Amino acid sequence: MSDIAGTKPALRGVVHLSVIFLVILWVIPTLGLLISSFRTADQISSSGWWRSLFPSEQNLTLRSAAPEAQVLENGVYVIQGALFGEDEQVTISRWGISSRDVGVFEPGETAELRRGGIITVDEAGNYRMENSEEFTGKRGARIFVTAELPPEFTLDNYRKILLDQTSTDSMAKAFFNTLTVTIPATIIPILVAAFAAYALAWMDFPGRALLIAAVVGLLVVPLQLALIPLLKFHLSIGIGKGYLGVWLAHTGFGMPLAIYLLRNYMAGLPRDLIENARVDGATEFQIFTKLILPLSFPALASFAIFQFLWTWNDLLVAKVFLIDATGQTTVMTNRIVELLGTRGGNWEILATAAFVSIFVPLVVFFAMQKYLVRGLLAGSVK
Amino acid sequence: MTPALQGLLTIAIGVSGCVGYFYLSNLFLDKVLFPPRGPNAGQNINRANLIRPWLFLFPALAALGLYLAYPVVETLRLSLTERVPGSGYRWVGLDNYTQMAAEPKFWEAMRNNMFWLIVVPAMSTAFGLLVAQLTDRIRWGNFAKSLIFMPMAISFVGASVIWKLVYDARPTEQDQIGILNALYIFFGGTEPNTWLTIPFWNSFFLMVVLIWIQTGFAMVILSAALRGIPEETIEAAILDGANPFQIFFRIKVPQIKTTILVVWTTITITVLKVFDIVFAMTNGQWETQVLANYMYDKLFRANDWGVGSASAMVIMLLVTPILVWNVRNARKEME
Repeated sequence: MSDIAGTKPALRGVVHLSVIFLVILWVIPTLGLLISSFRTADQISSSGWWRSLFPSEQNLTLRSAAPEAQVLENGVYVIQGALFGEDEQVTISRWGISSRDVGVFEPGETAELRRGGIITVDEAGNYRMENSEEFTGKRGARIFVTAELPPEFTLDNYRKILLDQTSTDSMAKAFFNTLTVTIPATIIPILVAAFAAYALAWMDFPGRALLIAAVVGLLVVPLQLALIPLLKFHLSIGIGKGYLGVWLAHTGFGMPLAIYLLRNYMAGLPRDLIENARVDGATEFQIFTKLILPLSFPALASFAIFQFLWTWNDLLVAKVFLIDATGQTTVMTNRIVELLGTRGGNWEILATAAFVSIFVPLVVFFAMQKYLVRGLLAGSVK
Repeated sequence: MTPALQGLLTIAIGVSGCVGYFYLSNLFLDKVLFPPRGPNAGQNINRANLIRPWLFLFPALAALGLYLAYPVVETLRLSLTERVPGSGYRWVGLDNYTQMAAEPKFWEAMRNNMFWLIVVPAMSTAFGLLVAQLTDRIRWGNFAKSLIFMPMAISFVGASVIWKLVYDARPTEQDQIGILNALYIFFGGTEPNTWLTIPFWNSFFLMVVLIWIQTGFAMVILSAALRGIPEETIEAAILDGANPFQIFFRIKVPQIKTTILVVWTTITITVLKVFDIVFAMTNGQWETQVLANYMYDKLFRANDWGVGSASAMVIMLLVTPILVWNVRNARKEME
């Protein structure tokens, strides 16, 4: 394909450029949130995330050392120090001492303090205050600077969301709840479906074609229909809202796709293999466990990824079958929706919480993409 | 007991329960019920083989029946009844449906759903086809594809947060932190827009999120279909002097028509079920309601199971043509 006669170099360039454009278009939204999760609340609300990659001009409000730091030099009271740490590479362009005019002075100029005395600030942020009388008060003078700051990122948001147990925004509990929902809800349906898929693929019995058709039909039944009847059912048999209910629900909802994928794959296994095993006297149970299961690994992996992504990312099933009034069993997706309501403007919390929940599926996605693609190709009804 | 331990225990019980069930039931069938020896050995083998498929199928069929088939019937019944406090249910015929049809919010949801049903599958399939075709010819195509495929792994809720930041709006005098408004102002817009509160158009901003997610799916399937096209047909077209666009639209697209249809219908089903995006981003405010969220509102906020079930049946009704089509195709393939 790459060297068809009809392709002109100009067209090649256009193709490359369009693909680059599309990839950027697709990646930018996620990238924005990812970068935001490494910025402080102030940084996020004062400038767009795309600016954070370059040095930026920012207005900062800082404070000199307190009057207790003053020393007497040749009859003059002096406070001096640096506004920035030694390892910070900062260049001040303008500065001021009043919030009404934050950029009135250039570095090196001298200003008169309102409470007496003078102050001068240089380019690197070193300041010197002088007064003929003693400086009074508890706090230092406010200094406003306009400075070019290098890009700065922080892990504080993640520390707060993951490690700080006392924080009301903690996602640690929800993370483990999600994990608790996901793992059984991924493993159990695979096993149940694998046996059924084997029967549908390799055993002859009346009604087989009808059952396969029914599975294909159930594949598209919206799970919205199942919410009320099943909640009623769970309440009536005493499961109520909880993990057992959500595991069962996910098992049921994942069953059609599991059977469909696995049956299609198993039906494609070589007939000789199974017939030979039968002739050799293996029981169906042995054929299934010793032959079919190991051979079907790619299909099992495909479905496992689907089911994992779907249960990890699910909101609706968890809301209906799991999360009760106490909120002890909340999952990450539900926490994020709550945060969207209560912390709508706090992007540092939202972005970090979202990324904590997105991270695991992304790892699974990139690690097992091959199986995911295979599953998609097998799963779309031809 | 901590949930984590309970989870592990459930896996252990679930897995060993499954294996135990299959093993023991087969053992019982072969050793006790119809042992393949004695005077009726041959007959017993046949009988055992008649029963065995159902042993293998039973747990799966029970799950399918209880969690998917029974709810369809039960929801239909609930949609025709009304809850009477304290004394169960009362038959009300089509009252729930007429009540629902009288609500403007329902028609708003229907109208929006129609737009979703047209725009999302069309755009996702078109973008998917475009990316599949473009990346087919270049060396770093697989890398590009996996980046465009990536949103598939992100939850609808996560995607909602991602796009809420894109659509964020600050007061005019401040720096914009949402990239859409920043671009809008950069290209000469005067005032930032709160994109999600502009009626009618805001639905399209929500659709963008789903298109962003579903394009990867369309791309993967269509890319495989494009690779499956026989080379000879393309070579013949080149010899006849066709340009790349003619090759694409006249030779390639017609050959993968059925695959395009499959992608289209699969995305259509996803669209009908879409709930999380609307729930998380606008919750149906500013005229963005859709059926699935309307139903959730009725069931769990208004606690009106009758109308909620009726709206669920509307979703089911909209899915039915695709269901029938799928089943017919599957049966054709079996023959």
